[in-house]
Amino acid sequence: MVAIEILDLEKTYRVGFWHRRPKLALRPLRLTIDEGHVFGFLGPNGAGKTTTLKLLMGLAKPTAGSARILGMDSNDPRVRAQIGFLPEQPYFYDHLTARELLTYYAQLSGVPASERRSRVTAMLERVGIASSANVQLRKFSKGMLQRVGLAQAILHDPRVVFLDEPMSGLDPMGRREVRELIQQLRSEGKTVFFSTHILSDAEALCDRVAVIHQGELRGIGSVAELTQHSHGKVEIIFCANAAPAALTNLGIEARISGEMVNVVVLQEQQDTVLDILRREQIRLISLTPVRSSLEEYYVEKLQPKESSMGATA
Amino acid sequence: MNSRIAFVAFNTFREAVRDRVLYNLIAFALLLSAAAILVGQISIDVERLVVLNLGLTAVSLFGVVIAIFIGIGLVSKEIDKKTLYTVLSRPLRRWEFVVGKFFGLTGTLVVNTIFMAIGVFLALLYVERHFDRADWSVVAALYFIVLEFLIVCALALFFSSFSTPIMSAVFTFALFVIGTLADDLRGLAHNTTGIGGVLMTAAAYLVPNLSAFNIVNQAAHGDAVAGRLILYNTVYALLYSAVAISGAVLIFERRNLK
Repeated sequence: MVAIEILDLEKTYRVGFWHRRPKLALRPLRLTIDEGHVFGFLGPNGAGKTTTLKLLMGLAKPTAGSARILGMDSNDPRVRAQIGFLPEQPYFYDHLTARELLTYYAQLSGVPASERRSRVTAMLERVGIASSANVQLRKFSKGMLQRVGLAQAILHDPRVVFLDEPMSGLDPMGRREVRELIQQLRSEGKTVFFSTHILSDAEALCDRVAVIHQGELRGIGSVAELTQHSHGKVEIIFCANAAPAALTNLGIEARISGEMVNVVVLQEQQDTVLDILRREQIRLISLTPVRSSLEEYYVEKLQPKESSMGATA
Repeated sequence: MNSRIAFVAFNTFREAVRDRVLYNLIAFALLLSAAAILVGQISIDVERLVVLNLGLTAVSLFGVVIAIFIGIGLVSKEIDKKTLYTVLSRPLRRWEFVVGKFFGLTGTLVVNTIFMAIGVFLALLYVERHFDRADWSVVAALYFIVLEFLIVCALALFFSSFSTPIMSAVFTFALFVIGTLADDLRGLAHNTTGIGGVLMTAAAYLVPNLSAFNIVNQAAHGDAVAGRLILYNTVYALLYSAVAISGAVLIFERRNLK
């Protein structure tokens, strides 16, 4: 089943004193995300990620286009009970304690009164802030606020969760916990749509990713597909104190690290290198094809269109 | 009231109660009541007049200041602080949010007025040693002050839905001042002819007629308040507030959040 369907969603803001000057924030965007998938929305700052999320959450009005979530219009209040949202750098009512805030959100989300208390307690424990449950949010650190943000996003057991830069402001342990949380959500069958510019997170977590830049969708695909692309090169690692002369004579550059030597060669040269190693009785450690990384794909998609086309040609 | 509106209203009320500025204003109002007692003691035979004039005027002014001070930030502060993001992404309609905010603030003012009214009645008891039937007019005056708060809150919320807090405060305070002089403005419009007269009449009827809500003098003299005036003022305040809130909703529904 399709969880999120974005149909030519477009946004142009009017700026300037008289609100006359148009500023394009999002070109017509068309995306489909299946239920149960973790989808990464990648792009640099100002690319249009937050604008897209605002349009999906009904916080901004689209200039054109529409979106459907779980088969319903994204502005339908019924669908709002099924979605969770963590904004970028979330702000909360800092006069409330974490427990009061989550209780308030549970009320607004329609969590039955009989379940509210237990649900809030469980959620505070899940994100690791149970010991600060009765502390006012104005005394919370940025990392703790991010945890509150995650708790409020999944408090009402939504089927689709939107996270805008969820790792922002977190220390390495916090980032790891968020990654685990997203993996848990996936194992529970939730759909997760998260925007980030931290590519290692996207590579580790996402089934599919899209790259957006300057308000325009530049590419989309499954992480497996994008990172399986081979460059026609192999990386060979073997045990030695220095590269054999026969290798350097071929013009192959070697990187030496302790008693290990690492060379990257064309696939056609692979047998030649292996023959040299056999002849010199050097122990082979590994031989692996060089794959594209998500970073390479991302960087390629961020290139200006002309140079990108030129490179392809 | 639907439950979501009630939740927003309660949260607004709780925020106001936890706001230290609100506590300071209440304390200041109580101090003013104490001053009224002092003035009452040094006045001869006009203790009631002085205590009620000073007390009720203080209740009105401090309530209006609170209404403007909090009302102007009700929507704009939430947009600026982005606290709205996690609220409006839930099954809460924008109009429910605006109406909830309005009820939260007016609820705060009603509670605030009740405390200040207790102060006024205690001061009255202190100078008169007893209550009598004429004191019902004081209750009517307090009721009219609360109705006045409804209008001021609705106006503050209306301006807050599209303007900055400072501009909202200026607009709301200006309308409050003009509104207290609405009777004079209508009289002036009545005596003006031509297009100027038409425009002035339109302006005079557009601004809230807050002068009709000021019966402080009448209450201080113990004069009875006509039931028809109570009915008229109630209907007028409810209608005027409803129109201002509707305007706020219409504007807020179309707003893009930053």
